[in-house]
Parts: sequence; structure tokens; C-alpha cells
Amino acid sequence: MRWIWIDKFTHFESGRRATAIKNVSLAEEHLHDHFPAYPVMPASLIVEGMAQTAGILVGEARQFQEKVILAKVKRARFEREVRPGEQLRYEAEIEQVSPEAASTVGRVFVDGEPLAEIDIVFSHIDNNMSGLSFPEENFVFTEDFKSLLRTYNVTVDQK
Amino acid sequence: MAMSRDDVFSKVKEVLVDALGVDDDEIKEDATLTGDLGAESIDFLDIVFRLEKTFSIKIPRGELFPDDILNNPEYVEGGKMTTKGLDTLKKAMPHADFTEFQRDPDVAKMPNLFTVKTIVNYVTTKMAA
Repeated sequence: MRWIWIDKFTHFESGRRATAIKNVSLAEEHLHDHFPAYPVMPASLIVEGMAQTAGILVGEARQFQEKVILAKVKRARFEREVRPGEQLRYEAEIEQVSPEAASTVGRVFVDGEPLAEIDIVFSHIDNNMSGLSFPEENFVFTEDFKSLLRTYNVTVDQK
Repeated sequence: MAMSRDDVFSKVKEVLVDALGVDDDEIKEDATLTGDLGAESIDFLDIVFRLEKTFSIKIPRGELFPDDILNNPEYVEGGKMTTKGLDTLKKAMPHADFTEFQRDPDVAKMPNLFTVKTIVNYVTTKMAA
């Protein structure tokens, strides 16, 4: 299974906003190293969770035709640590979208309390980075991945 | 909405400070985005979005940073931009100052066309339109 850091979408408004949740569990191996005897979810993975929530929102806005890649974390600000047993709620909103890129603003809550603010710029890489070409197939939004999204009730147009 | 060039400059300055994490005093009219301010290609996407939002304008692709011309091999010969390429680029970028670049149109020096002034000129024209 690929690298997925959200458990499910709870709200999805095409082209506008999405909410996803993530349950943090001590069964996640990395928490035993980060840190030994003091498990804390790495902030970088919280950024990844937001990038996935927002990235899927951006991808769906263009029917998953674009290869959506995180280009830049514009801002990431955290209030506190996240421990096993807690639940994260990612709220992402599309701020701007163009043929070549998209920007999103996001807030993260932990057990209902504000945890972080994470704003991101995504690149639609086929429309950028002139001179470079990428594989024909969409390696970001693969068929397996789209199947998974269907289980989240995220609309995925069938070809 | 009418806006003086100075107003545009101070807002462009804010945009660049936020987008590139540089200090206020580094933003001078002739500072180059990549050379002096450390912008990477990704930052250009961010800057375009921020300018659109700040000034409530729409920046069509290739208008501010015409990468289609910059990356067109037809316009390059032996590492230099051809006369035809230079003419095309000048037409596409009336907001840029070509004085320095046309003396030695080395493609490696092309990023120097993108200065703070280039952006301020572009936005000022766009706001007046």
C-alpha cells in the first residue's frame, strides 16, 4: 500500500474544500523511534497529511487528469505535539487554481482543538517545468489509488 | 483601481518578503529574483498567485514570465538568444529592461531579466489597463 497519511474523508466539496481525519495509533512503527518512550507524531507527517487532503482536493477539481505535486509549503505553524490516541482533522480549502498550479490554505485540529495552519502550493507538473517530460500514466493518481478514494466516497469519474 | 507606482512597489515588496523569506531591505528595484533573492522555479508559481490575490488581477500563463519563449530552442543558437528570439521576447515582455541583456544575450543570463522592477512595471501596467 502506498504512503497514505489520512484515514478517511468526512467532507468533500468538489473544487472548494475537503475535510479528512487521521487517527494516530501507537501501532505505527515510526512512533516508537520518534521518540523512544515519548511517542510524538512527526510534524513533517502532519504536513504530509495536509498535502494529501489538499492534494486530492486539487486533483479531483481537474478530474485527476493532472499530476499534482507538492511544490512548496508556504507556511506551517504548530501549536503543540500530537500523541498516540489522538485524532487529527485536516480542513483544506482551495485558494487559487490555474492550469499550471494551485494554492491551498489549511487548518488542522486535534481532538477538536486548533493544532496547525498549513498553506501549500501544488504544481500541475505536465504544465510546468518546460523541457522536462514525465511518464504518460498518472503516477500520482493511480488506478489503485482512485479505487481507494471511491471507498472514501470521493467522486472519481470513470473513463 | 488607480494605484501609484510607489504603492505597487511596496505591495510587491510585501509579496516577495512573504514568498521568498527575504528581508525588506533586500528588495530593491534592480534586485534579480533568482540571483539576488534566491527564488527557485517553484517560487514563481507562488509569486504569480500572491500577485493575483494582492492586486485582484488575473495573470495569464506566460504573460509575466514567458517561459514558452525562454525555453524555445528555436530562439537559441550557441548558447545565445537569436535576434529573432530577442525581438519576440521584447514584445512579450514590455515590462522588462533589456538594456543589459541585449549586450550579451547569453541564455544563462536570462534570469537576470526578472527583477523586482520587472514585476512592478508589469503590475503597474496591468492595473492601469
